[in-house]
Amino acid sequence: MVKNIVNASGNSKWLSLAGKWITLLLTLVIVQVLISANIINDYIFSTLVTIGVNIILAVSLNLITGFTGQFSLGHAGFMSIGAYTCAIITLRYSTVFGFVGGVIAGAVFAAIVGFFVGLPTLRLKGDYLAIATIGMAEIIKILFRNVLEDITNGAAGLSEIPQFNNWIWLFVFTAGTVILISNFIKSSHGRACISIREDEIAAEAMGISSTKYKVIAFVTGAFFAGIAGALYSSYFYYISPDLFGFQKSIDILVIVVLGGMGSISGSIISAILLALISTYLQSFPELKMIIYGVLLVVIMLFRPQGIMGSKELSLSLLKKWTEGIKGRNGGAA
Amino acid sequence: MPILSVNKLSKSFGGLMAVSNVSMELEQGELVGLIGPNGAGKTTVFNLLTGMYQPTSGIITLYRDQKEEQIQGLKPYTICKKGIARTFQNIRLFRDLTVLDNVRIAMNKNVKYGLLSSFFHSRSYSDEEKEMLDNSIHLLEILKLDHKKDELAKNLPYGEQRQLEIIRALATNPCILLLDEPAAGMNPAETAQLTEMIGWIRENFKLTILLIEHDMSLVMKICERIYVLDYGMVIAEGTPAEIKSNKRVIEAYLGEEM
Repeated sequence: MVKNIVNASGNSKWLSLAGKWITLLLTLVIVQVLISANIINDYIFSTLVTIGVNIILAVSLNLITGFTGQFSLGHAGFMSIGAYTCAIITLRYSTVFGFVGGVIAGAVFAAIVGFFVGLPTLRLKGDYLAIATIGMAEIIKILFRNVLEDITNGAAGLSEIPQFNNWIWLFVFTAGTVILISNFIKSSHGRACISIREDEIAAEAMGISSTKYKVIAFVTGAFFAGIAGALYSSYFYYISPDLFGFQKSIDILVIVVLGGMGSISGSIISAILLALISTYLQSFPELKMIIYGVLLVVIMLFRPQGIMGSKELSLSLLKKWTEGIKGRNGGAA
Repeated sequence: MPILSVNKLSKSFGGLMAVSNVSMELEQGELVGLIGPNGAGKTTVFNLLTGMYQPTSGIITLYRDQKEEQIQGLKPYTICKKGIARTFQNIRLFRDLTVLDNVRIAMNKNVKYGLLSSFFHSRSYSDEEKEMLDNSIHLLEILKLDHKKDELAKNLPYGEQRQLEIIRALATNPCILLLDEPAAGMNPAETAQLTEMIGWIRENFKLTILLIEHDMSLVMKICERIYVLDYGMVIAEGTPAEIKSNKRVIEAYLGEEM
């Protein structure tokens, strides 16, 4: 029976595509039902928002750092642009249209800034680029804190931001980000980005403009980080420049590295895992950061390539794993 | 009819003239060798031709589709798009990608669908991707590497890595192919196989090939014309037979007679 389905390979592609959409729809509906039934309470839901936002941040940073190989430490800067744009817009126009417009405007602003920052700095390599992106994120932070004080309320931050973000928006934007970026990776343009990570000189010799594709990856990453910021501000009521500092950029990078550079499913798994660990550790506030730190050290010691390496979670990979386990058991017997 | 002409090309690194006043001409469909002792500047010439280095002075002209165009100082990817492809002396494959992806990446310059199509996987995406996949597999088939298409490039044996580099260069659909020591590190049997492959490619792809090589048996066997470089200068040019008996070439290789 199973063999028949596998053999009908023409249909299997459609089946897996349909399967994906059905899984997505089911997740959307089931969680919504659980929320309506109050089984998922506000506390759990806020963890879900953190997970969703972190997935978008990690997957978009993975495009820049994991796939294109450009070490960026300024992702929180792009996030803050989305957060502030959406907050300022929804504070004026407190409607769903204001919210959606705010999310899109935030993403577009972040992408524009990404373009103008990326164009000069992406000539730099490795650690030099990392330093330049830290500088960029700091400048954005200072702009929000000191220069644009009239509209951002400076260091005190913006509060009472209308809350439009709900499960449906969160899910649509998170799933959308993951699907769009995975699609991009599987295209010729995505492969061009990967080839720059692999060997920039060879890529250029094969007709790939490394500057063009680095900027594309950077701008795309910034765009989605802007969406993440907007979703964040529209749920947590309050934002201030200090939320989007260097520490936040590092947090995002940790998710990416832990999940595996160059693995989208790795970023998703790692975002969920870290949020769960951090929620669970809330009960031990004094030990929280110590345990968190030890976990990171242990995972990096035993799996330096991250949870998924550069592989993607797929049915064939799962099959390989189960066969591997079976094989080992068979060998023992 | 020439396809590429190089006029008084020079490149200096600080005070060192790595290449000085090199002039050469490639005819359409020719297979030309570029030889010389170690450090003579052969790879530097390649790097100048492919835009990896900016020449200090000199002109490189490409004649393609009845147009002549100066290409010195252009970026490597632009030069590649104009039809000059190369391989590297120290293999530079995309090591952690599959053989198939190595070939497909080289076809990127022909992609017409835009970024939005790649995000939303539109119809033009699927059509072009399918065509690209078919072309890559076809190219791998005719050069007999299709059975390894899903292997990672780094897991191929050395000879096949060299072979894949040539296939990847061909995937960019060039009119001129520059091969930088394709036989380096190969045993005589592999070299013989490679010699055959180069000849076959040239016939079937209607290419002009410029070849750097240390293996004289290969150079003498397949090249129609040879340029000899020494200390960055062209010291001789001619058919293999002429080069073999050229006094300056022998001096450059064996040292002056006492």
